[in-house]
Amino acid sequence: MWKYLTDAAVSERLNHVDIPFNTYGIDHFGISREHVGTFYSGLKLLYENYFRVITTGVENVPDTGRAMLIGNHSGGLPMDAMMTIAAVFFEKEPPRHTMGMVEKFAQKLPFVSQWSCRIGQLTGLPEHAVAMLKAERLLMVFPEGARGTGKLYKDRYKLVRFGTGFMRIALQTKSPIVPFGFVGGEEALPTIYHAKTLAKLFRAPYWPVPPYLVPIPLPVQCRLVFGEPMYFEGDGTESDQIIDSYVAQVRDRIAALVDEGRVARRETE
Amino acid sequence: MKVVITGVSGYVARRVAEVLVRDGHQVFGIDHRPWPDAPPGVQMHRVDVRKRPAEDIFRTHTPDAVIHMATVTYVSASREKRYRLNLGGTRAVWNYCDRYGVEQAIFVGRHTVYGAAPDAPLYRGEDEPLLAGSTFPNLADLVAADLYAGNAIWRLPKVRTAVLRIVYSLGPSRRGTLANFLQGPRVPLVMGYDPLFQFIHEHDTADAIAAALYSQLRGVYNVTGPQPIPLSLLAKASGKTPVPIPEPFFPSFLGRFGFSRLPKASINHVKYPVVLDGSTFANETGFKPMFDEVQTMDAYRWS
Repeated sequence: MWKYLTDAAVSERLNHVDIPFNTYGIDHFGISREHVGTFYSGLKLLYENYFRVITTGVENVPDTGRAMLIGNHSGGLPMDAMMTIAAVFFEKEPPRHTMGMVEKFAQKLPFVSQWSCRIGQLTGLPEHAVAMLKAERLLMVFPEGARGTGKLYKDRYKLVRFGTGFMRIALQTKSPIVPFGFVGGEEALPTIYHAKTLAKLFRAPYWPVPPYLVPIPLPVQCRLVFGEPMYFEGDGTESDQIIDSYVAQVRDRIAALVDEGRVARRETE
Repeated sequence: MKVVITGVSGYVARRVAEVLVRDGHQVFGIDHRPWPDAPPGVQMHRVDVRKRPAEDIFRTHTPDAVIHMATVTYVSASREKRYRLNLGGTRAVWNYCDRYGVEQAIFVGRHTVYGAAPDAPLYRGEDEPLLAGSTFPNLADLVAADLYAGNAIWRLPKVRTAVLRIVYSLGPSRRGTLANFLQGPRVPLVMGYDPLFQFIHEHDTADAIAAALYSQLRGVYNVTGPQPIPLSLLAKASGKTPVPIPEPFFPSFLGRFGFSRLPKASINHVKYPVVLDGSTFANETGFKPMFDEVQTMDAYRWS
């Protein structure tokens, strides 16, 4: 059934992607060729036609080997994550598959649990991050976490506190950090209120409510800017003070990329 | 080398005995079940491992090593029998080892003791806590037995103890926990969940156990075979029909309509994966599985 939902161009790109599928089209993290095909076919529509994403600097994402993509998080639903995955797959030659991590609560939800694993988005655990990097994959991390997607419209483009776990893992696994800034998520789903009861019902960290009530992202044009890879010295056992200073550098770089994206957007409008 | 294998009449245990005999070792088999066509080189003793005649085998033959495979699961034994055999039996065997100077003792355990949980990582290492006592209470006795054998590492320092946590065995015998789950024409899935299942060809299981003995392991080791695959695919590739059942109805379908019988508490193990990292064992023993996941499922399907 899935093959009818898979775009021919996506199918062609999947032949060159960096996932070692076995005979049945499954890799050792449980990524399935069929599911990934359907996923990217859907993303293609969103990426090209709905959000009409303009991506710059994709050449900064390494062609092979491990790397961490670190960016700002926004927009209630993780559309920025999906668009980043789409950009790396559709803009890079040869295409690469970005693996991410999802909130732990999502693993308890039916279908979300099944699909997230089949498309290579594992539960948000440090063990998973290390395993993916050791397997020479691209790993996308949003150090703002749910604090980032949950931010309200009035706080748009203000970076909230960054977690530091990603930096220790980057040092421990000697992975380069590719910073990126995503612009448009805040306008696509402007959150004005958090519905606490609904969130509790689904055991979600928050439930975004936009002015038009239903949390569906609007077709706002988005911009994605990748910066040059950053390398840090160390092995992940440094004191918190040193790690914090490294994280601050990444945070500043991402803030600059977001500004770059916002300026470019203003100029084209 | 003189090796005692407890629970030797089980399919994998027989295979281990054959491998050891092939390699020129002398095997003493202990099991209350018969093994009528045991090969020459295997001396069968039909006794209960916790009873006096079993101890006498240790006393008279002074074996160099013991491979303890006399543990049972909910598939074949009642709760009372499981506690008696898995805990009482394990205790008795390690006591004999200590008393009669056995150098190496291997506990053959199961990977399900780690327990399936939504927030547990894939590729769990040996340091991960064993959650099965709460995620699947029918396995609590096996968790206790695993930890009991594990504490022999420091409690009985003269005995070199290795605890193996081996993934599901699958193969031509069509026996074992996983084969039992796959036995009906339809395989129950919880709708919206499709966990990765990790298994190993039963011949590889036997080779891995022998490798643990030859490498003189001490400690706790995960033993894995080929890469894991989703349960739905495992069912299809084994010639069965995977049927997703909405979670509230899942328990009432078990044992009916061509679905295999499972304890109600098993639902976590059908929703979430238990996938282990077996790299430490592979590095220390040089063990590599002979059969990949496709060959293993074919061996099961076409036997």
